[in-house]
Amino acid sequence: MSLDKILVSVFGILGIVFTYWFFLMKKEKVVAITSDSVDIIVSGGYQPEVISVPKGKTTKINFLRKDPSSCLEEVVLSDFKIRKYLPIGEKASILIKPEKAGIYNFVCGMNMFHGKIIVV
Amino acid sequence: MTEVKKSFSIKGMHCASCVRILERTLKKVNGVENAVVNLATEKATVTYDDKFCAEEDLAQAIKKTGYELEIHEKSEDIEQEEKKKELRTLRNRVIFSLAIGGIIFWGSFPGLMETAPAFLKNFYIQLLLATPVQFWAGLPFYKATIPALRNRLANMDTLVALGTTVAYVYSAFVTLFPYVVKSANIEPAPYFDVAAVVIALILLGRYLEAKAKAGTSEAIKKLIGLQAKTARVVRNGKEIDISIDEVQIGDIIRVRPGEKIPVDGEILEGESSIDESMVTGESMPVEKTVGDSVVGATFNKSGSFLYKATKVGKDTMLSQIIKLVQEAQGSKAPIQRIADAVSSYFVPIVIMLAIATFVIWYIFGPNPILLFALLNMVAVLIIACPCAMGLATPTAIMVGTGKGAEHGILIKNAESLEIAHKIDTVIFDKTGTITQGKPIVTDFFFMEDIADFKKELGWKLPKGLSIEEYILGLVKSLEKTSEHSLSGAIINYEIKNKVKEYKVEKFQAVSGQGVLGVVDGKKVVIGTRKFMENQHIFRCAGLDQKAEGLLSEAKTLAFVGVDGKNVALIGIADTIKETAKEGVALLRKMGIEVVMITGDNERTAQAIARKVGIEKILAEVLPDQKEVEVRKIQSTGAKVAMVGDGINDAPALAAADIGIAMGTGTDVAIEAAGITLINKDLRSVAAAINLSKKTMKTIKLNLFWAFGYNIILIPVAMGVLFPFFHILLSPIFASVAMASSSISVVSNSLLLKRVKFS
Repeated sequence: MSLDKILVSVFGILGIVFTYWFFLMKKEKVVAITSDSVDIIVSGGYQPEVISVPKGKTTKINFLRKDPSSCLEEVVLSDFKIRKYLPIGEKASILIKPEKAGIYNFVCGMNMFHGKIIVV
Repeated sequence: MTEVKKSFSIKGMHCASCVRILERTLKKVNGVENAVVNLATEKATVTYDDKFCAEEDLAQAIKKTGYELEIHEKSEDIEQEEKKKELRTLRNRVIFSLAIGGIIFWGSFPGLMETAPAFLKNFYIQLLLATPVQFWAGLPFYKATIPALRNRLANMDTLVALGTTVAYVYSAFVTLFPYVVKSANIEPAPYFDVAAVVIALILLGRYLEAKAKAGTSEAIKKLIGLQAKTARVVRNGKEIDISIDEVQIGDIIRVRPGEKIPVDGEILEGESSIDESMVTGESMPVEKTVGDSVVGATFNKSGSFLYKATKVGKDTMLSQIIKLVQEAQGSKAPIQRIADAVSSYFVPIVIMLAIATFVIWYIFGPNPILLFALLNMVAVLIIACPCAMGLATPTAIMVGTGKGAEHGILIKNAESLEIAHKIDTVIFDKTGTITQGKPIVTDFFFMEDIADFKKELGWKLPKGLSIEEYILGLVKSLEKTSEHSLSGAIINYEIKNKVKEYKVEKFQAVSGQGVLGVVDGKKVVIGTRKFMENQHIFRCAGLDQKAEGLLSEAKTLAFVGVDGKNVALIGIADTIKETAKEGVALLRKMGIEVVMITGDNERTAQAIARKVGIEKILAEVLPDQKEVEVRKIQSTGAKVAMVGDGINDAPALAAADIGIAMGTGTDVAIEAAGITLINKDLRSVAAAINLSKKTMKTIKLNLFWAFGYNIILIPVAMGVLFPFFHILLSPIFASVAMASSSISVVSNSLLLKRVKFS
């Protein structure tokens, strides 16, 4: 095998490993919400991506969409039966009052970006 | 002075005292003339002078009291406008990239480039043309990719941005440094056409998809559009037009012919024919008179009437329907779990596969290896379509639930819609579901020789009154004094016949048997046959014979005795709903077993069941035992839908695989029911199951299409067919396939709009 092919193989394998590590081995950073509301920035996903809220408490989640991608124009919290359009540059608020502990997902309208609400 | 009147949403209100606090606070703000706060709509309508006071001042004042006044409220219209603006920008990008992409394609595609003018074949010109396509038309892809990468996330835009950037950068390199490529024994040919045309086609696909997607939420828009804007309220004896937001519970509202009824309420004066089809899906106009309830957003056809507002703002039937449909569209169908499981891993896996494709083609591919490796890698990045998988289920759910709502079938959530397609047994509750739930007089027989009887007794009747009318009058007068539940039915019948009333003396009610008294000087007895015997009433053979006939039809009998002789016979029954027979027939045609459950005795139950075509009955079931019966049927492996009124049979509805409630009044959210039929039409049970079947079929087809597409075409783009058939996928073809895959999924969901309702 010529040198260029060996190099391509090595860089290719490194590229695959890097892709795996970069996208799939990301550690979840849980942001604990103690106040009544939380702002989630919608730009290339959700920031914070994982929040934890206390059980039985009403929490207001303000989504502020900065990303024009049509994928992120809606947020869906199916456990709370909410599908909401997020106008660019403005806060769109939803109220949740989870009665059961557990993990509740929120996703974009096309199910490509994900976030979690951990109820403790 | 510039006086402004505006409505603002207030957050944090929960009681009537909030109204007072808010009104007081607002009125204290300098420049405010008047402030009216509505608890039900959670809105404040403020009249103020904008020279002295700004919206921010109002918000500030409200904030101090612990509430929140929203200044910038996005209405549905603004949202629509914003979406339209986005679409316009997208359309410009599409037109630009298609035009420029087409020109580049003309100048570079073998077979076509020969016809192009020489300057288009110039690589520098192509670079010049391709650059704005890549970085202006393709800007949305970068704008989505860069923040996503910062979060270590990837989506479809990442794939498109990566794929087209690879093609563009390679082409630019070849154009600017051809000698470097030449030294590696590669013909320095750029692929600007790939980058530009792929961007153009994917943008076109996205534009068409956005237009089609707007159609999936049409039902909600239609419902919101039904809302009336103003109401003509009677205040201080004057009729004034006010905004719908300002209508309060208890307001008296005037509705004239041809007008929309603004909010829910009860008619106080007048009568009319009202078309409720737009809200309840009930096709025939309904006659309404004093005491009847009217539904907001329905259409007053003929008469003029006054009514009292009983529900406003978010409590009106229309608002409840909108909320329910919105909730259903935000819920998740269990079948979507398949797509959920894949979605998080899909894009990173595709990127890994693209790298692998490059490596494999570079090592094992034919010459020119770099070009094959590069183009196939780009094809893999471009062809992968996670969108189609993401859209497969929700778009179908949105169209399905919206379509149902248009026809008075409210589906609570996606799960109910999914379960309904598996139903093989439908249990109907009898009273209030198959029947109207209100007994009415169905038969009124007089003895045949009643004229002779009159002569025999030597009665002198008031002038112009027949003996029949006179007896009706006696019956009505006596029944009016009674409190028995069947009396209502008899009185209603008499009212219809507009008969005279007489003085009643010595009234007596015998529990479970009947009533008696002296009416207009005659001894009148009404009740069961046994009661007649006890009161020594002389029986009439003709009426006895008629009684047998009525009994076989499971009707309740009331004999009428006057001065010791049985002169009339009343047949009372709970009438069967017009749509019951057809509703049952439709279900049976679908192969669904139909069962009727009732507390009535076997004979009555059989008579009703026979009339509507039900063979299997569960009679003499006490209300609290209905749930047990439902579970018994379920234990045989049947998937059961229970149809009831949702009030008395809530446990049975909840126990069934799916509860279907017949709408009553203006409350649409019935807790125990997965589906509510606000059109009160029994044919809708079959229609709901049919809608569920069609929706599930669409979802399955969408998922099959979306998964199948990726599973088959990604390997093809990688070149698995090349060793056998020399087939490769050009990145341009990949972009066509990718764009059409998500459009096809959305279009397939939109086909659900064509589902026919009987």
